[in-house]
Amino acid sequence: MKNWLSPRSTAGIALITIALVALPFVVGMGGQAWVRILNFAILYVFLALGLNIVVGFAGLLDLGYIAFYAVGAYTWALLASPHFGLHFPIWAILPIGALMACVFGVLLGSPTLKLRGDYLAIVTLGFGEIVRIFLNNLNSPVNITNGPQGITLIDPVTIGSFKFAGTSQIFGFAVSGPQKYYFLLVALAILVIIINLRLQHSRIGRAWQAIREDEIAAKAVGINTRNIKLLAFAMGASFGGIAGGIFSAMQGFVSPESFSLIESIMVLAMVVLGGMGHIPGVILGAVLLTFLPEVLRYAVVPVQMSLFGKVLVDPESLRMLVFGLALVLVMRFKPAGLWPAPERSREQTQKACVAVTQTTAEAVK
Amino acid sequence: MSDVLLAANAVAKHFGGVKALRDVSLSIRRGEIYGLIGPNGAGKTTFFNCMTGLYIPDGGGFVFDGQPLKADAPHQAAERGIARTFQNIRLFGNMTALENVMVGRHVRTAAGVVGAMLQSKATRAEEAAIRQKAMELLHYVRIEDRADDLAKNLSYGDQRRLEIARALATEPKLLCLDEPAAGMNATETGELRALIEGIRQDGTTVLLIEHDVKLVMGLCDRVAVLDYGALVIEDVPAVVQKDQRVIEAYLGA
Ligand SMILES: Nc1ncnc2c1ncn2[C@@H]1O[C@H](COP(=O)(O)OP(=O)(O)OP(=O)(O)O)[C@@H](O)[C@H]1O
Ligand SMILES: [Mg+2]
Repeated sequence: MKNWLSPRSTAGIALITIALVALPFVVGMGGQAWVRILNFAILYVFLALGLNIVVGFAGLLDLGYIAFYAVGAYTWALLASPHFGLHFPIWAILPIGALMACVFGVLLGSPTLKLRGDYLAIVTLGFGEIVRIFLNNLNSPVNITNGPQGITLIDPVTIGSFKFAGTSQIFGFAVSGPQKYYFLLVALAILVIIINLRLQHSRIGRAWQAIREDEIAAKAVGINTRNIKLLAFAMGASFGGIAGGIFSAMQGFVSPESFSLIESIMVLAMVVLGGMGHIPGVILGAVLLTFLPEVLRYAVVPVQMSLFGKVLVDPESLRMLVFGLALVLVMRFKPAGLWPAPERSREQTQKACVAVTQTTAEAVK
Repeated sequence: MSDVLLAANAVAKHFGGVKALRDVSLSIRRGEIYGLIGPNGAGKTTFFNCMTGLYIPDGGGFVFDGQPLKADAPHQAAERGIARTFQNIRLFGNMTALENVMVGRHVRTAAGVVGAMLQSKATRAEEAAIRQKAMELLHYVRIEDRADDLAKNLSYGDQRRLEIARALATEPKLLCLDEPAAGMNATETGELRALIEGIRQDGTTVLLIEHDVKLVMGLCDRVAVLDYGALVIEDVPAVVQKDQRVIEAYLGA
């Protein structure tokens, strides 16, 4: 916290603030679609930071993280849509969503406490799939999730009488729905970043890292590894739950499709590519991996048309190709991630990378 | 308050056919430096592991500070006041030396997630106290100038010291050192000896596994000898050194 109020850092903060405020309007000039992508980038920052607690801090390789996102999203969808005719306010649903995800986090955590590395990865992967399959099938005999059709007409976020959906006039400016969501997301993301930083340099944060480094030594100095690991799962899961809720409200629609294995892998890849356990790196990873595929999506077809006169590789497969290539290259040349913590060891990142690449290969097959 | 700090009662442990510990009974008194010696594979480390809850004994048990020790609960052993180092150093490699010792304060502090998130006054005060105490301990083992280095980058001797500092951070009543002098040269061993004597002077009982017979005999108040998992003798160094069975089993020629 030193130099916090020095002229230089004050100027830095002012610049960042201006940039953050201007960003959605600048991006908006290219169309609202880009603002939506921007919002997704922030949502992924949120998710990646949640997963970073589990994978980066505590060193527990979790391949089913998206399940908590799903739990949060469906909690919002069920409590604020015509599906059950419930319309809870945001200050009630977000905590409920976080709590639900937290419960699921502990549910997943408890049977996996003795597992490590690859074994843990496989079990968590299974858990993620189980949640998705449940969401797909919980439409009979009692219709809870509406099955593969998903839930529509979900309430958007409203705070008081302020609606986040639709364009409104603020200080004479026309501000679109996505642009308003952007500010909500940025506020939440800043909150999550602060919480992450504080946790990292806390008694619990150090206990997580100690478990990551050497579980036996951690036990020997008196850390109750069972509880502390469950706490990591629970904390990570509740972040996922909150992100899921916002996702649900922003989209107005959820279906099990959004919570497939590949999403879990994406979020994990953001953490690993950016720099496990290093908050700025994780943010970078999330932003890069959200924008890169979108840029590709827009660029691939025109470029191929002009080069070959026809589309040889469709954007979707190219996306996976580039994604895989990026992972391999990072593993080869920056084994600790693009922006690693000064102290990260390369071995751990490499291990996670191998797991991600293998599972991705399986998933793409 | 009885003057026995730790009593092992017929502790047995076997791995398949290997009887690593055969009904070992011994008692460590408050304030002493107690040596545990024996040839390779005699069961010394296994004894440590049973005591600190990493292994569950197949028979017998421990009474520590008047209360039985729970088997299979390593974190509780630490909470009760047993701290240890490892024969093959186990530090938190990618954390700084200071952070390693700060982790050692875990059992004696209380801040939870909510306190950390809100940075409450109590949490901040506790955090400052943890840092302060950790710095003092680094100073105590004389590696304060390496505070911000990653544990894995410390020299071998400094790593041994750091492990001791981390163990001391838990405020143990009994400090168990598993071959702390292994791989040290004569100067380092001399410094280690002074350090252990200082720790005892500060009121901590020390249990020492060591192969360096000279060190053990010079430093310890009492010594126990293990051979093939069985206790051969438990007595003051002068007696142990002259015992025929010990000479045969361990001291050799
Ligand atoms: N986890 C284990 N699994 C199987 N056998 C074990 C295990 N731990 C120890 N042993 C065996 O138990 C016996 C005692 O080993 P222990 O490590 O306690 O010896 P030690 O006295 O510490 O020897 P050293 O001086 O070499 O450290 C040995 O025969 C060893 O092979
Ligand atoms: Mg040993």
